[in-house]
Amino acid sequence: MDAAAASLIGAGIAAVALGGAGIGLGIFFGHYMDAAMRNPEAQNKVKINPWVAFALIEALGLMGFVLSFILIGSK
Amino acid sequence: MASENPLLQFTVKKLVDLHIGGLDVSFTNASLFMVIAAVLITLFMVAAMRPKAIVPGRFQGAAELFYEFIDNMLLENIGVEGRRYFPFVFSIFMFVFFCNILGLVPVGPAESGFTVTSQIIVTFALALLVFVVVTVIGFMRNGLHFLRMFVPSGVPWPILPILVPIEVMSYFIRPVTLSVRLFANMVAGHVMLALFGGFVVGLSAFYVVPAVFPFAAIIAVLALELLIAALQAYVFAMLTCIYLNDAVHMAH
Repeated sequence: MDAAAASLIGAGIAAVALGGAGIGLGIFFGHYMDAAMRNPEAQNKVKINPWVAFALIEALGLMGFVLSFILIGSK
Repeated sequence: MASENPLLQFTVKKLVDLHIGGLDVSFTNASLFMVIAAVLITLFMVAAMRPKAIVPGRFQGAAELFYEFIDNMLLENIGVEGRRYFPFVFSIFMFVFFCNILGLVPVGPAESGFTVTSQIIVTFALALLVFVVVTVIGFMRNGLHFLRMFVPSGVPWPILPILVPIEVMSYFIRPVTLSVRLFANMVAGHVMLALFGGFVVGLSAFYVVPAVFPFAAIIAVLALELLIAALQAYVFAMLTCIYLNDAVHMAH
């Protein structure tokens, strides 16, 4: 298998990281919803935490996405 | 055009060719947008604070909103002595925020705004700056005791040979994750926008009416990108505050 084909296959495998980001976001927001519905008044104290967690979890998935683009571009 | 290859929008074009010594210091479109961001931040803060009213009007209130936002972040994460790092964190937050937002405006010198923070070297420069500043502050405040950060307290000594290299690696990977987080978010968002734009153009060559669907997707992705632009600037600034807290108040 020549290098160009191998790097494209690698690019496809690297994009699987986005699925991990999706699962992580689902777990986080699921737990957040559980806790928020149990105790709605506590949401005011942690107003910014869900957004921060979203950014940090999404970042790891997007790193795999960027790796995929690097592999598509390389020969 | 960006419709053939969504990655073409990130090319850095030289606007003015300059060479000093052997170095290529041309003024590129990235430089232009960094200058625009810096000028906009300065104009915004200077013009908004001109009334100097105790009870702020709307424009002054907007500038005070940014100020208090970063001030509260520093107070929460570092404490009262965090105020001395305010210019550093504020500059980084405003620069990243304005550069992210400038990439989303649909008018500009080229086809659209150029996202400065979609260049890995720009985000790496910012992240390296944060890393070096935090390390220098840590050594200045704590001396060699700063190296205690890699040895957490209350750990039984047989585990230390495994734990200390892991701690060192996770400390040195901070500039990498800081830069790649911002870079990847910006690149992913703009690639999606260019891709859907290409779909609209391609579909409308056949039938115009179905081209509404990718267009609606562009609107949704643009809203998401506005959120991500603000959020990534906030996360960058907040992680800077957290690393400063680690350096200033030795947690271990």
